[in-house]
Amino acid sequence: MPSTVEKKVERNLIGLTLSDYAGKKSTLCPGCGHTAIANVIQAAVYELGLAPEQVVKISGIGCSSKSPNYFLNRSFGFNGLHGRMPTLVTGACFADYKIEILGISGDGDTASIGLSHFKHIIRRNVPMLYIIENNGVYGLTKGQFSATSDQGLVLKHQGENLLPPLDMCMEALISGAPFVARAFSGDTKQMKEIFKAAIAQEGTAVVDVISPCVTFNNRAEAMQSYTWGRMNQTPLQAIKHFNTKEEIDEETETIEPGTFSEIQLQDGSYLMLRKLDKDYDPSDKAAALDILTESYKKHYFATGLIYFSEVPPTIQERYDLPEEPLNRIGIERLRPTPAMLDKINYDFGV
Amino acid sequence: MAVTELQSTTGLKPIVNDFCMTVCTVNGSGSATANNIIYRALYQMGIPVSGKNIFPSNIMGMATWFVIRVNDDGFIGRVPHDDIVVAMNPGTLVKETAYLPEGGVIFYADHITVPEGHREDLIYYPMPIKELIKTVDVPRNLVAYLENMLYVGIVSQVLGIELSELRIAVEHQFIGRDAIIESNFGIIKLGYEWAAENVEKRDRFVVERRPFNKNLIMTDGNTAAGIGSLFGGLQFCSWYPITPATSMVEAAIAKVDELRKDPVTGKTTCVILQVEDELAAAGAAVGAGWAGLRSMTSTSGPGICLMAENIGLAYFTETPVVIWNVQRVGPSTGLPTRTAQGDLSFMYNVGHGDINHIILIPGTVNECFEFGWKSLDIAERYQTPIFVLSDLDLGMNTWVTEKFEYPSTPIDRGKLIWEEELEKIEDWGRYKDIDGDGIPYRTVMGNQSPKSAYFTRGTGHDVYGNYNEDPKNWSDMLHRIEKKLNGAIENLPKPIVIKGKDARIGIIGMGSTDDAIRETQAELAKQGIETDYMRIRALPSCCEVREFIEEHERNYVLELNRDGQLKEILMLEHSDLSEKLISLTDIGGLPMTAIWAVENILAAEEEYA
Repeated sequence: MPSTVEKKVERNLIGLTLSDYAGKKSTLCPGCGHTAIANVIQAAVYELGLAPEQVVKISGIGCSSKSPNYFLNRSFGFNGLHGRMPTLVTGACFADYKIEILGISGDGDTASIGLSHFKHIIRRNVPMLYIIENNGVYGLTKGQFSATSDQGLVLKHQGENLLPPLDMCMEALISGAPFVARAFSGDTKQMKEIFKAAIAQEGTAVVDVISPCVTFNNRAEAMQSYTWGRMNQTPLQAIKHFNTKEEIDEETETIEPGTFSEIQLQDGSYLMLRKLDKDYDPSDKAAALDILTESYKKHYFATGLIYFSEVPPTIQERYDLPEEPLNRIGIERLRPTPAMLDKINYDFGV
Repeated sequence: MAVTELQSTTGLKPIVNDFCMTVCTVNGSGSATANNIIYRALYQMGIPVSGKNIFPSNIMGMATWFVIRVNDDGFIGRVPHDDIVVAMNPGTLVKETAYLPEGGVIFYADHITVPEGHREDLIYYPMPIKELIKTVDVPRNLVAYLENMLYVGIVSQVLGIELSELRIAVEHQFIGRDAIIESNFGIIKLGYEWAAENVEKRDRFVVERRPFNKNLIMTDGNTAAGIGSLFGGLQFCSWYPITPATSMVEAAIAKVDELRKDPVTGKTTCVILQVEDELAAAGAAVGAGWAGLRSMTSTSGPGICLMAENIGLAYFTETPVVIWNVQRVGPSTGLPTRTAQGDLSFMYNVGHGDINHIILIPGTVNECFEFGWKSLDIAERYQTPIFVLSDLDLGMNTWVTEKFEYPSTPIDRGKLIWEEELEKIEDWGRYKDIDGDGIPYRTVMGNQSPKSAYFTRGTGHDVYGNYNEDPKNWSDMLHRIEKKLNGAIENLPKPIVIKGKDARIGIIGMGSTDDAIRETQAELAKQGIETDYMRIRALPSCCEVREFIEEHERNYVLELNRDGQLKEILMLEHSDLSEKLISLTDIGGLPMTAIWAVENILAAEEEYA
């Protein structure tokens, strides 16, 4: 007998349901960290109340870069070239600067073949959420070392990794990113709050997500495994994003003053950072470098908001562009007048 | 010295408006400015003239040459010898005289020693440069630079270049900077007056005012291309510096504020961005093109090598983007400051797998302007990368050319659709051939219709953009792209044909060799060999190209590369006519000369006769 009680479908600020943010069925391995990320992106964009049409997904090549197909079907996506995601973003970002850009890449993409593009897009401060789905291994080519693999890691066909890893948060910091965070596919709650904050903020926001590869690099001792992550994760703060002032006030009412800080983000939303065991000030760049150095040395896994600063002018702000999307400007406004050409001919003439 | 004066005072029969003069200097000394003043004054006098800067890949201290050719018949391509040499570089004087025939003229700074008894058949004009410069109060750091202005004055007086025109040329060079104009012109005048009093003219070369240049302008191909792109509604240009392409984007930068202020908001509608390398330049241009901006990048051969993967991506994702290649000499770093047509084959198929491209080939500065705007239309119409193949000679040298013509057709954005048009299409797919012409309808980011989005990928995809590995789907996709590009062929710039009289022999060329080949055609006619000349302006080749090849008993394909790349392409596209094609090629990094072409065609003709 059919139920007479209709199940109430939840809707976000703009009246859409979570399924409006869905993607295609994932073809990644069951348990892949990247699938967790895809789901979190979907939830984060839904909770922010952003229309999928206001989001664009651009990626490189690899397992991570396939994943934009698995969320936000209604958003334009571009699965481009290995390591070159930031270059596509650099051009596309001028077409309509109100569109939120999600850049999805992996450690092969960002730490190796596209390292220079990574640093240069930060230098340009292209507004985007730059996600590195970091599993310390090349998955799609079946298990080779990446530039973020642990030193000493042993892989079936590779032997032992002789070289130390690059720390992508460190690279982002020294390149000048105004928002740097680290998340873990085993902690989707924290990841979602970080993503929301990163999207709410202008400028290049880099999130290095340790995202285990269950097939090639998930042995318990590996620093990008679920087990190691769960055992060693040390959140720098409890982080929570709120769309409105009312929401954050309601939350902080019951929290002891002095144990949290509140940040207003550029889209008008709020971020609450609650102090955990130790004091950590994410606005202190030197402290950020210290915590990354220390966590690597002492083998713990610092996650959360690592660095947050005033946002320097974005690349679009450095040009005097019209308010409306550049890609919608009518052709009659794009061609100089005949009189302008006459002047050029005159200047170049006898 | 004027013509009549020459005859009455010396009894020599003058050679009017017909010589080639090479100025030999040291690079970094500011001689380019001096040479441009002479060049510009000749242009202002209405005389057909060309100027080619032949320079080293170096900033300061190496030998550099500026070649000026004047010719009343309008043949101003390069010639392999000089009539006049101006020697300001002590290191090269003796070597330079090797290019002078008997009776050749050499002006030289008299602190340079001419070996005793050297080439007594030449006419020597020593110039007391060091002495003269001492007579004026010149800041020490400008001495070397202003010494160049002395030869401008002396040489001009002896050849009959008018002082008043030199003045105008100086004013043009230093627009609005009065003090600099006065100091430079002062030195030129000093040289000019010294020559009038002290030089006895013993050579026969003179210039005389003509009416030819009234409707012509003077600029270089890169400037024309940069400005042409702005007239084409360019909205995004990413680039990385490389000789000889850099000045194209710099020309656009110089003009973008003036030309591309939005008439509605007063804001700028074109972004020009220097990025970290050519990978990024191509990537950003593809990203912008994909997102619905009229997009371009500009580079040279080595940059194209780095752009190859993005070119493949743009081809297969059907993303419009324009890529200029201002060719230099390769392979490898090659001769970065010399000219060639050696990238044609590479460009035609750059990218791996089944791939082919549309190439536009401007042959004049005016065409650089025209193809600047037109290429953006073609790219959006056919949703594919469009190459424009220029070269260093055309791009960096200043030419006297036709005035730029205002675009004859409105900006064409092809099948780019927004919400309303999308609504009218039933079952739209990004790669669906709705009209049967192989060209699908294209949506771009920012479109607010929930139906507009699709997932662009360089991997195999179906008509909706979904991942697909099915053999038939792949084959259909590639054949549809082929059909789309084939449909473009007859809509590309057609070849220019200059007919001879009942000619049975054809000459085929492309790009900057136009001057040399037109002169070749005239010279051969003088020797009794009539030819028709076709300059190809786009590839793949259209039906007119085929007809031309067919109509002639044999066709000489003249080009500046080793292997005859244009000829190879024509052979592939018209394999049944391949016996009618004969390759004549020249490499070495310098522009083609008519003398070389005539010699080679005559030799070949002897064989065929």
